[in-house]
Amino acid sequence: MNGDDEGVVGAPIGDDAMFSDGGSVDDPRRPPARAGKAPAAGGEQMDVEAYAALYTGRTKVARLLFIAERCGNEGMQLEALRMVHDEIKRGEDSHLYAEVVAKIGGRLGSQYDFDQTWVDTVDRRAELRKEKLENELSAYKTNMIKESIRMGYNDLADFYYSHGQLGDAFKNYVRTRDYCTTSKHIIQMCLNIILVSIELGQFMHVSNYVSKAELTPEQLDSVTHAKLRCAAGLAYLETKKYKLAARKFLETGPELGNNYTDVIAPQDVATYGGLCALASFDRTELKNKVIDNINFRNFLELVPEVRELINDFYASRYASCLAYLENLKPNLLLDIHLHEHVETLYLEIRHKAIIQYTHPFISVDLHTMASAFKTSVAGLEKELEALITEDQIQARIDSHNKILYARHADQRNATFQRVLQTGMEFERDVRAMLLRANLIKHESMLKTTKKH
Amino acid sequence: MESVDAVVAHIQGLSGSPEEVSQLHSLLKQSEDALRSQAARLAPFLDQLDPSTHTLGYLFFLEACLSEPNSSEQAGYFNPYVVDFINSCSIEQMRLAPEKFISVCKSLKDQVMQFEVPIRGIAPLRTAIRKLQTSSEQLTTLHSDYLILCLLAKCYKAGLSILDDDIFDIDQPRDLFLFCYYGGMINIGLKRFRKALECLHNVITAPMTSLNAIVVEAYKKYILVSLILNRQVPPFPKYASPTVQRNLKGYTQPYIDLANCYATGTFSELEACIQTNLEKFQSDNNLGLVKQVLSSLYKHNIQRLTQTYLTLSLEDIANATQLETPKEAEMHVLRMIEDSEIFATINQKDGMVSFQEDPEQYKTCAMIEHIDSSIQSLMVLSRKLSSLDEHISCDPAYLTKIGKERQKFDFDEFDSVTHKFL
Repeated sequence: MNGDDEGVVGAPIGDDAMFSDGGSVDDPRRPPARAGKAPAAGGEQMDVEAYAALYTGRTKVARLLFIAERCGNEGMQLEALRMVHDEIKRGEDSHLYAEVVAKIGGRLGSQYDFDQTWVDTVDRRAELRKEKLENELSAYKTNMIKESIRMGYNDLADFYYSHGQLGDAFKNYVRTRDYCTTSKHIIQMCLNIILVSIELGQFMHVSNYVSKAELTPEQLDSVTHAKLRCAAGLAYLETKKYKLAARKFLETGPELGNNYTDVIAPQDVATYGGLCALASFDRTELKNKVIDNINFRNFLELVPEVRELINDFYASRYASCLAYLENLKPNLLLDIHLHEHVETLYLEIRHKAIIQYTHPFISVDLHTMASAFKTSVAGLEKELEALITEDQIQARIDSHNKILYARHADQRNATFQRVLQTGMEFERDVRAMLLRANLIKHESMLKTTKKH
Repeated sequence: MESVDAVVAHIQGLSGSPEEVSQLHSLLKQSEDALRSQAARLAPFLDQLDPSTHTLGYLFFLEACLSEPNSSEQAGYFNPYVVDFINSCSIEQMRLAPEKFISVCKSLKDQVMQFEVPIRGIAPLRTAIRKLQTSSEQLTTLHSDYLILCLLAKCYKAGLSILDDDIFDIDQPRDLFLFCYYGGMINIGLKRFRKALECLHNVITAPMTSLNAIVVEAYKKYILVSLILNRQVPPFPKYASPTVQRNLKGYTQPYIDLANCYATGTFSELEACIQTNLEKFQSDNNLGLVKQVLSSLYKHNIQRLTQTYLTLSLEDIANATQLETPKEAEMHVLRMIEDSEIFATINQKDGMVSFQEDPEQYKTCAMIEHIDSSIQSLMVLSRKLSSLDEHISCDPAYLTKIGKERQKFDFDEFDSVTHKFL
């Protein structure tokens, strides 16, 4: 696979190296060795080419642009931009083209300079096509044939979409709603709107239209079903409802395959679903819904790291689990949907791991534990302190001998304490209430005496 | 002059049976104006009367004397008479003219405050309250006067004898506000913060239609005491009057800022917040309490550590609680151990503190007695509650009010309506 890629993209790489200033990025195709020496950059550097191959349509462009913006590595950035450029040239979005060319800024050679003639042709063609579509639409409207009007709006929306005018595309897709006659149309409309909304980042619409699509009376085919699950999962992920997101991703059927690559790749389903599940599920749920889930196993096979780390987590091999997570991290930070949530999810997973680790023991040696979690004793102490304060771990730290002791609350004492406390509160509340009641009574008496 | 003599004769003659006394009461009322007009010359007559047998007459004379605006050196002249009278007067006769009695007591209070010897008024006023009360649950107008004398004389313990009674009967809402406010202050002075919070809570949640200065001041202290005791200020309960819920926070902004700062738990921020509002706190006479809030932050931080650690070095404690040196941390821990706020031992050799669990096992006789007495008092309280409930459900005023509201609903909705009131 790797060899293949190198063969295909051999030529532009030469250009790349020639025009990059100085020798700092002399060989962008050989980053793994360098990354190995500098662990700050993470384990294996992302293979942009392979990554991009997973996606089609505008999401490919968007994801590559995101990588170019975030990676902080000029070689990778230029490679991403080059692929964006090639992808856009195949489409019709002249605005985006201008932006990308400006971003490249001549660093990729004359082949990637601004191509005014291309832009002009595209714009002219777009103008003509838009006019034609609008005329057609108004003709359909006068004829009052529902189906034609729907088609007209749909075509117009498709046109806007391919030209990057997402707002207009969204509006026109929504307009088709009134002219949908069969549930098939409704589903199509919903999928279109979901697609545009995901790109616009409006996940409220996504979840709305997912539920609308699911409410259609007709039985959904399994591919559509899987698509909707993914979209719903994304929407939940975006609103930080990780548990619900995990459920949705886990319910995604294997039929998804490569049918939804303009939004999400099956690899992503595995990663998103796996991480969300680790962060939010308890042990039994993890076993039943993730590890024993035959459907989801197919997805996990695509991303062996995630599969391994879930298994490690379940088998309590935290050091290797956390190592896998650390390796994945730089790549996940370059993911357009997951990047914001990586920190939170990682923190949650870490807390889960710590809680699970301490659970079976009466006493734990902090040194052993720190080495299991690859951290210092002092750092671990801080983490444990936070978790104990939040009442997630019932234990206390012997900071002198660096041992964590489980704490078993004395039920009897706690009950006595609570009873006395409750009694005191009750007494206080009743007294205050009686006093207020008397005051109210007194005031009402004042009023009645005034009246008479 | 003759008329005064006649009145004295009446008093001496008619102080026997209750019938005679009530006859005397009506006579005295008639001659009240006459007495007042000759107030300056009445003093010698007081010696002809005996405060224990001629209580009613004595009271009228005394009141007339005191109603006269006196020069300052004369003012103290009657005080021994008043004190003597309060100590020896007959309760039955006094109850015929309680308003006179109250006014006499109040003038005594004013006198001792004017001479800045509030401590002299404490004992007589306590006797006066006991004599005026029909039951220990009654709040008299004198309660707040008594408490302010205790406060001024710094005799906080003296105030407790009154504060520890449960008050249910109230004549004037204003009395209650002042009583609870001063009561809160006395409890704060004695560091009985829980009780203080109760008193201030009563002020804030009392039914009212417009704010008054007492409530505002009480809320300021309520915020501070809540922080010291519970680390946070609870929101207004549902039963607090809408006026309070809507407007009270507007008048106490610096204190609310302080509470917000406190919630962050960082010492430096809290200190900065106090510095910015220093003048405000000073002018409200709450600076001492504010300082206590500041030091309570250390305590709460240390207390939190006991939840998470079995042993911890003094240095770590100092770091965790933002204290400057381990020495200071040791001081704080030591003080908290002495006040039995935490259970711990300090090992000075290696600078380690080991925290222990609460040694209370709830097995001692004293604890069982304590639990038993709590149960008893709760039973008394709940009996009182149910009797009050019965009383209210038979109250004609209440029934007419409920009846009026019921008519607005259809008969079908009757059930839901009663549920609403249950």
